[in-house]
Amino acid sequence: MIYFDNSATTRIDKTVLATYDKVALDIWGNPSSLHQMGNRAHQLLEASRKQIADLLGVKAHEIFFTSGGTESNNTAIKGTAIAKREFGKHIITSSVEHASVANAFTSLEKLGYRVTCLPVDKNGRVNIADLRNALDSDTTLVSVMGVNNEVGAIQPIDEISDLLENYPNIHFHVDNVQALGKDIWQKVFTPRVDLLSLSAHKFHAPRGIGVLYKKEGKMLEPLHHGGGQEKGLRSGTENLPAIAAMAKAIRLLLTDETEKASHEAAIKAKIVSYLESKPGIDIFSPISEDFAPHILCFALEGIRGETLVHTLESRDIFTSTTSACASKTADEASTLVSMKVPDKIATSAIRLSFDETNTLEEADKFIAEFDQIYQHFAQINHLEGK
Amino acid sequence: MVKYTEIMIRYGELSTKGKNRKDFIAKLASNVNRVLSDFPMVEIHPKHDRMHIVLNDAPFEEINNRLKKVFGIQTYSPVIKTEKTLEAIEKTSLELMEAIYQTGMTFKVNTKRADHKFEYDTNQLNSMVGDHIFDHIPDIKAEMKHPDLVLRIEVRQDAVYISNQLLHGAGGMPVGTAGKAVMMLSGGIDSPVASYLALKRGVEIEMVHFFSPPYTTEKALAKAKELTGILANYAGKINFIAVPFAEIQETIKEKLPEGYLMTVQRRFMLRLADIIRKKRGGLAIFNGESVGQVASQTLESMTAINDVTTTPVLRPVVTMDKTEIIALAEKIGTFDLSIEPFEDCCTIFAPPRPKTKPKLDKAREYEARLDVEGLIERALAGIQITQIRANQKFLDVSSSEDTDLL
Repeated sequence: MIYFDNSATTRIDKTVLATYDKVALDIWGNPSSLHQMGNRAHQLLEASRKQIADLLGVKAHEIFFTSGGTESNNTAIKGTAIAKREFGKHIITSSVEHASVANAFTSLEKLGYRVTCLPVDKNGRVNIADLRNALDSDTTLVSVMGVNNEVGAIQPIDEISDLLENYPNIHFHVDNVQALGKDIWQKVFTPRVDLLSLSAHKFHAPRGIGVLYKKEGKMLEPLHHGGGQEKGLRSGTENLPAIAAMAKAIRLLLTDETEKASHEAAIKAKIVSYLESKPGIDIFSPISEDFAPHILCFALEGIRGETLVHTLESRDIFTSTTSACASKTADEASTLVSMKVPDKIATSAIRLSFDETNTLEEADKFIAEFDQIYQHFAQINHLEGK
Repeated sequence: MVKYTEIMIRYGELSTKGKNRKDFIAKLASNVNRVLSDFPMVEIHPKHDRMHIVLNDAPFEEINNRLKKVFGIQTYSPVIKTEKTLEAIEKTSLELMEAIYQTGMTFKVNTKRADHKFEYDTNQLNSMVGDHIFDHIPDIKAEMKHPDLVLRIEVRQDAVYISNQLLHGAGGMPVGTAGKAVMMLSGGIDSPVASYLALKRGVEIEMVHFFSPPYTTEKALAKAKELTGILANYAGKINFIAVPFAEIQETIKEKLPEGYLMTVQRRFMLRLADIIRKKRGGLAIFNGESVGQVASQTLESMTAINDVTTTPVLRPVVTMDKTEIIALAEKIGTFDLSIEPFEDCCTIFAPPRPKTKPKLDKAREYEARLDVEGLIERALAGIQITQIRANQKFLDVSSSEDTDLL
């Protein structure tokens, strides 16, 4: 089995799961309880928070635990929009965001907020001039992802940060669900970033847990009200087993980060170099500084992405389609469509996503299997002659 | 970054003479040795006029942080030991100056010669090394009267010792040279500051802390212990003596008029502290009282409370304003912990209207209704002694087994 769908989710690490089990079975007090069991749970909660903060180079009180990327994104976006509504109702995002960002903006638009959706260039990157033109005195939020989940484009977070230095009151949110542990952190997390989202199951930790970084002093309206956990920003009894497991997973993820990322880049490079030699294949994730090392999106012209994914699956290789293919409704945005890739090609795209557990042998195996599939479809579609 | 090879320590309180001076130096050497014990390569050479610490590659920065908290050190200088050639002296001197020079600073060279056979005399060395620095650091200016930087060169028999800075130590007297005492530590702002000041005068202290479970929480006790851990930076290990006080408080509350609850409680505390002091060979009792700060600290209250002993009760912060105490607490690093809101035994049975001017005879009379001896005996039977090392944590300690999970 070859699993090349790590941007969808990753397999939980055994030692991370062992931490989860141990905490769930032995340290199961409520961190808010006064007694020793609660105290022990509380200590572990705060030790987890501190470890994550230290690893990310931020302060412990800037780390908030959520149920994952979707909640972190929603809290950052709606929380800002509500908390800052007295100061303005204009919010900005890009046209290639994950659905949890895009749909949060759509929801706010229905509630009367003015939304600017920045276009992207053919590489999937927003243009800083577009952002500059969009900013006005009513703007309270800019939300741009660090690494695009469909093609792996790294957004110019550094340039956006420079621009926003002149607008200190605007909240800058970065959805970095795809970006941690890929040796590009400096590019996607600058000191100007106020809010940042992470999702644990993208790095071998359990589902249902994530991080929202909120820079100290920044206002957010909570979405979940209740017992006041997470300093009132996210009420609900803390998911301590998952939190501790995530803290461990981040430590493991960032150990030898550079080596792991270059290993993933080598797998990607090998496959890209094969694909480039084939007529009728369009690559949307070139080998470049501006693209993440672990995401490879390409299309085999004339074959729907869904068909290709299932064909690969029949050979025990697991990949995914992009939202262009998944979309049931025509108006649903997709990164490739935003990149002005023609619909016909966009719907042919599939995404491979690697992580450090993948091997170069798997890349070879993939190439061999894919080549057979390619020969078959190429013949049908007369690609070789193109 | 320059690599210092030695540290030269100058003693505080030079007026001490004779055997006292010997004790001073021996105690200081042992205190320095203790704070540097995890650097086995370091050699400590206590001499009559100063102490030399040979680093042998130990990191100066970390050693510096530790030395700052050792009482009895007036000033100290990091030095580099250099060959007795002009070339080596000039090279090291320049390195040392470049390490600390900032644009616009002035300097001078100050040479001392113990080896009078050395081929250059003091003036020659001053001027040659000065010229060398002048030639290599653009814009640096010489200034004889009040230079920003002084480069000290000592030519001794074995080598030349060069230093670029004079650092201020903690002053005071080496802990242990002034004898032993108990310190009544509550967990508030004042008593840790009083502890620091007692240590600064060379007093070896043991903490006496009253706790009253279930009225006070484990956290209040842990907080007092952790404060002791901060103070242990200045003292090495400190014994922490926890005295159970709930039975005494309950009994007083049950049997005595409200106005005298506080006064009689304090009399019990002082009595217990004095018994512990005697058992442990102490000579005095320290506390964190400041005149007039609260009802128990008026002169009338002190009179009514102090009545239980003739042992000196010393109050280092007695005349300090709260703001002065807080400033010192912040400096020594106890403030943030002191203001953590865990109720201690002083507040739980505090009457709404304590007498600010209690009468001594009344206090004695009321107290006589109680089984003083029995209460004291049972409290002493429940004492717990913990030895606390520098920066030991008690409040936010996940068990190491738990943090290993992360």
